[in-house]
Amino acid sequence: MNTIEVENLTKRFGDFTAVDRISFDVKQGEIFGFLGANGAGKSTTIRMLCGLLSSTEGIARVGGFDINKEPNKVKENIGYMSQKFSLYEDLTVEENIDFFGRVYGLSDSDLNDRKKWVLDIANLNGRENSITQTLSGGWKQRLALGCAVLHRPRIIFLDEPTSGVDPVMRRKFWELINDLSAEGVTVLVTTHFLEEAEYCNDIILINAGKIIAGGSPKELKQNYIKHPILEVQCSDVVEAMEKIETQSWAVETSIFGTSIHVNVEDEESAKANIRSLLSSHRIDVVNIERITPSLEDVFIYLLEQQTKKT
Amino acid sequence: MNPMKALELHSVFKSFGEITAVNDLSLTVDRGEMYALVGPDGSGKTTTIRMLCGIVKPTSGELRVLGFDVQKQKEEVKKRIGYLSQKFSLYGDLTIDENIEFFAEIHGVYDYKARRNELLEFTRLTPFRDRLAEKLSGGMKQKLALACTLIHTPEIIFLDEPTTGVDPVSRRDFWKVLAALLKTGITIIMTTPYLDEAERCSRVALMDNGNILMADTPANLKKVMNGEVVEIVCSDIRRSFALMKKHHSVKEVQAFGDRLNIVINSSVADMQQILVHLQENMITVNDWRVVKPSLENVFISLLTDRKKV
Repeated sequence: MNTIEVENLTKRFGDFTAVDRISFDVKQGEIFGFLGANGAGKSTTIRMLCGLLSSTEGIARVGGFDINKEPNKVKENIGYMSQKFSLYEDLTVEENIDFFGRVYGLSDSDLNDRKKWVLDIANLNGRENSITQTLSGGWKQRLALGCAVLHRPRIIFLDEPTSGVDPVMRRKFWELINDLSAEGVTVLVTTHFLEEAEYCNDIILINAGKIIAGGSPKELKQNYIKHPILEVQCSDVVEAMEKIETQSWAVETSIFGTSIHVNVEDEESAKANIRSLLSSHRIDVVNIERITPSLEDVFIYLLEQQTKKT
Repeated sequence: MNPMKALELHSVFKSFGEITAVNDLSLTVDRGEMYALVGPDGSGKTTTIRMLCGIVKPTSGELRVLGFDVQKQKEEVKKRIGYLSQKFSLYGDLTIDENIEFFAEIHGVYDYKARRNELLEFTRLTPFRDRLAEKLSGGMKQKLALACTLIHTPEIIFLDEPTTGVDPVSRRDFWKVLAALLKTGITIIMTTPYLDEAERCSRVALMDNGNILMADTPANLKKVMNGEVVEIVCSDIRRSFALMKKHHSVKEVQAFGDRLNIVINSSVADMQQILVHLQENMITVNDWRVVKPSLENVFISLLTDRKKV
């Protein structure tokens, strides 16, 4: 069953087309990644899907409601959390929960139940009276998520939810998202950190308002990257990179700690080329091996292809 | 004291009231390194950087930057370092050129024009030099902030979470600029909450509770991983996640969109019973293999082991 259905959705502001005939479906309980560089049209799309902005053309249904005809129904059925967390910094933890509970029109008894739940998932029991400002990023983030889902929405939108949150808290946050998804909540998430996009079942990538790729993390890595990526471990990486990047067979070169990643046309010939090139400059090669591309590699590659086309 | 070292910290402590932010920290960084401090919020990364820049005084201990004592030779240190803080602010109503000029004046660099041209080329901002800072994209602002930090030709730069909130394309561009900087011999010290970024550094210090758990090259850090990481491609990821979470041999589990990663002591000893357990619960395992640990795996396992002690 699809909870979100988008068909030829388009948004123009004057002469500028921010979102250009995009279509996709999101199944119930899915964690769906919506990726793109800044200015690609992500925020405009999310604002339409949240019922905050009507479309110029095309339709979208969210939880069965038409975003143009029933925007208020859409709003009632979704939760939204952004990188800015939208919490009141000068209120206590409990006051923030109460505030959002009243905005969503929860009854007193329901609000009490949900407050317990939020304090549990955010691990904030005993900190009800702390001023929100004094919480660290990870705690605030989970409080914000709790507040965004107080009214038990079946669909939640997370707009760069983990920006600046540390690795341990980030992992806990994703466990929470996984739990919500296991209960059937549909999650649509945007992120700049592509290692996070690995948590998604399905991903679409948009650029200049158009969808340029889609699939599971695995499909994206298998279907789109045509150039093998070699990891070269060697003695002087800075100098080695300088030598390699000027070669015609090196499509793209970057430093990774004590090794270099090189996208090449052909694996075998490139391996031989790298060895002879570096040994001629007295750089010791420890190892060269082909590695699985990361989602970031896929993303950058696809965007560069787009830039070449235009 | 060794002028060949970029940084030397000996038994540094810093308390704010009752909170010990930095707890007996010792650390050495060579010149020309790109060195990352990584850790949870409150682990002492930012405080350490601020002490090195002379903004915050240590409670005790010794900090040397390029051989100079940060306490006693503050001015010598200040001339030679650049600091890009998390809240670095540009003047939105000034152009790129004017922002750099402003920072040149602050640093007492009067003959800045050649250096400015060089930095604009370096960061590929030359075509936009007359644009107001407020009209720049996030990635361009970040590069401008870096250019401002470099105007006085520092020998070391400190970058505090420089890529937070920057999109992937701009981030990769930023890393290219850093790689080019390294070629000029500069030392880069950075903090990041993203461990895949830390993998790009020559050495990484994993911090927790104001101290370093371990510091080494990314490759060596991965060798100390306690246990093996196994990737399992199976049906019903969410249910499998719950099963693995409860399994006694599984130390850590992470559910990705199309697979699970688990950490176990030994794939040879433990995988058989794990596979049987999944099968008994009607999970179809399509594939499994031992994968290389990521820095995140190493870090989480170090933190978890430490909490058990």
